[in-house]
Amino acid sequence: MSTPLLEVHDLVKHYPPRGFFSAGSAPVQAVNGVSFAIAEAETLGLVGESGCGKSTVGRAILRLEEPTAGDVRFVGESILEADNAALHRLRRQMQVVFQDPYSSLNPRMSVGRAIAEGMEIHRLARAGEIPARVAALMVEVGLDPESAGRYPHEFSGGQRQRIGIARALAVQPRLLVCDEPVSALDVSVQAQVVNLLADLQRDRRLAYLFIAHDLAVVRQLAHRIAVMYFGRIVELGPARTVIAAPKHPYTQALVSAVPSRVLERHADRIVLSGDPPGPTTVLPGCAFASRCFHPRRDQRCHAERPTLRVIDGHQVACHHAEES
Amino acid sequence: MTPLLEVTGLRIAFPGQHGPMYPVDGVTFSVRRGELLALVGESGSGKSLSCLAILGLVPTPGRIDPTSRILLGGTSLPDLNREAMRRVRGRRIGMIFQDPTTSLNPVFTIGRQLEEAVANHFPGPRAAIRARAVELLGEVGVPEPAGRLASYPHELSGGLRQRVMIALALSGEPDLLLADEPTSSLDVTVQAQILALLDRLRASRGMAVVLVTHDLGLVAGRADHVAVMYAGQVVERATAVRLFAAPAHPYTRGLFRSVPRLDAPVDRLAPIPGVVPTAARWPAGCRFHPRCPEALTQCQSESPALRHVGPDQSAACLLLDPPQAGG
Repeated sequence: MSTPLLEVHDLVKHYPPRGFFSAGSAPVQAVNGVSFAIAEAETLGLVGESGCGKSTVGRAILRLEEPTAGDVRFVGESILEADNAALHRLRRQMQVVFQDPYSSLNPRMSVGRAIAEGMEIHRLARAGEIPARVAALMVEVGLDPESAGRYPHEFSGGQRQRIGIARALAVQPRLLVCDEPVSALDVSVQAQVVNLLADLQRDRRLAYLFIAHDLAVVRQLAHRIAVMYFGRIVELGPARTVIAAPKHPYTQALVSAVPSRVLERHADRIVLSGDPPGPTTVLPGCAFASRCFHPRRDQRCHAERPTLRVIDGHQVACHHAEES
Repeated sequence: MTPLLEVTGLRIAFPGQHGPMYPVDGVTFSVRRGELLALVGESGSGKSLSCLAILGLVPTPGRIDPTSRILLGGTSLPDLNREAMRRVRGRRIGMIFQDPTTSLNPVFTIGRQLEEAVANHFPGPRAAIRARAVELLGEVGVPEPAGRLASYPHELSGGLRQRVMIALALSGEPDLLLADEPTSSLDVTVQAQILALLDRLRASRGMAVVLVTHDLGLVAGRADHVAVMYAGQVVERATAVRLFAAPAHPYTRGLFRSVPRLDAPVDRLAPIPGVVPTAARWPAGCRFHPRCPEALTQCQSESPALRHVGPDQSAACLLLDPPQAGG
């Protein structure tokens, strides 16, 4: 098998307790041993609820935050061991699209210049070619190239997200980390951006790490889906079967909680009791055990942490996944 | 049976650079006792502002146009003075908002805030007030309610904070609960818990609920009636069953097509083209016409009124014919 585009191995990110009042308290274990790989032109959806660590995974991969431990490789080359020059080169190939494009755009820079910036930094085009390249990118993401001289505040939320995508594409990356790229958009506009991302993947053979809390949006783009809970992946498998036949009780609850338009489905909906554990909690067993509804859950779930095992083509971290 | 709440021709004016703007512009809906009405719309559709108008909380410099009518059990709310309106809020109308952290006071325990609310509505001996506070927390599903009274808001999870907010809203035993995006800052698994709680309270107390949301999925199988808002107006109104079976307005149909769903095969999404308009520049004619794939020339100039288009269903679209007599 050829080398995957991105390999993440046992990624860990802990935050030391911060602030005057928390001296001596436990670290926040945001990510606790996450492993996955992404191939060229593939989308891995990373889903989970707030605080599960999914955004931290995205940031740690790009070294926007330094991981505590683990290994991240881009086409075999270690990102975590890279020196500044190597990191500069690797970052050109891995770009990021954030939830709120407005906060990542300089309000005093015209969108044309914002899109050109990366090409200039990475010396990807001669000065004379840049306006034509910017215009071509704007067309590709569905923006009017005539508006290159305008400023971010003159654009709607959906258009700003297109600007953010054009800016990322300007350096010809092979991987985009998309962190909740459509969740701040109005529903009628969300679909425009989802379709754009699908087209770009087809045309450019881009790979996506698509981080989102909305399973229905993720399913629209993902080939495979990884479900995170409390800093760990609890299930990873083909998108179709993770949604249609989830193995982990948490994935089952997550799929079941997505509002459905089919009226009958309300009756057999799984409504979990309780809340996720606090971020500094250290649990010897399964982090989901306190909310689990699996009929076979037992003392072992609280005492011993389940590791990922392969069941019917899914990786699942549950002692009782076969018995549901 | 007369409706508990009747909103007729609600219009809210804000001063703009080129004369007044109307972010809410002729909104009509009503809710009966025990019923759930969903106000569905995107940002800027006027759904939240309509709710604030019912509560008499339109932010300055906005004002309710004098031709608007808001009747609660026959009482005209815009005609009440400030003190009378204050009594209506909490006692007759409870409210919960999207972000419970901003509505709870961080420096007081939830027990103190809840007891104060109970005492405000129903003065009595301390022990009785405390007992009522514990009872309310239990009713909204807070585990070990007596022990929770001493907690501060920051010590609770988002889901528990929203439950405390609901307990506060229930403290006056209101007839009507206005819930503005009550679950959109919560995770889906917690969202399901809160919505189940609202269903239960509606059944046990006969309370009417107006649920403001951008999420059509939340509404299915839960709402009795749905009003779909676009650009400050109601463009379609129907029973939920009817709306989901046969949406009529091109905007409603567009919304359904553009939202990905888990309970159907993956197809390419069909987005609504263009962007959501703002109150400073509502399009002329039908406000949806610049984004409507079916628009005719007359849609650019003629404003359609809501009219009957099917059983329990009305829509504001020139293209829709009223059902034939006998058909």
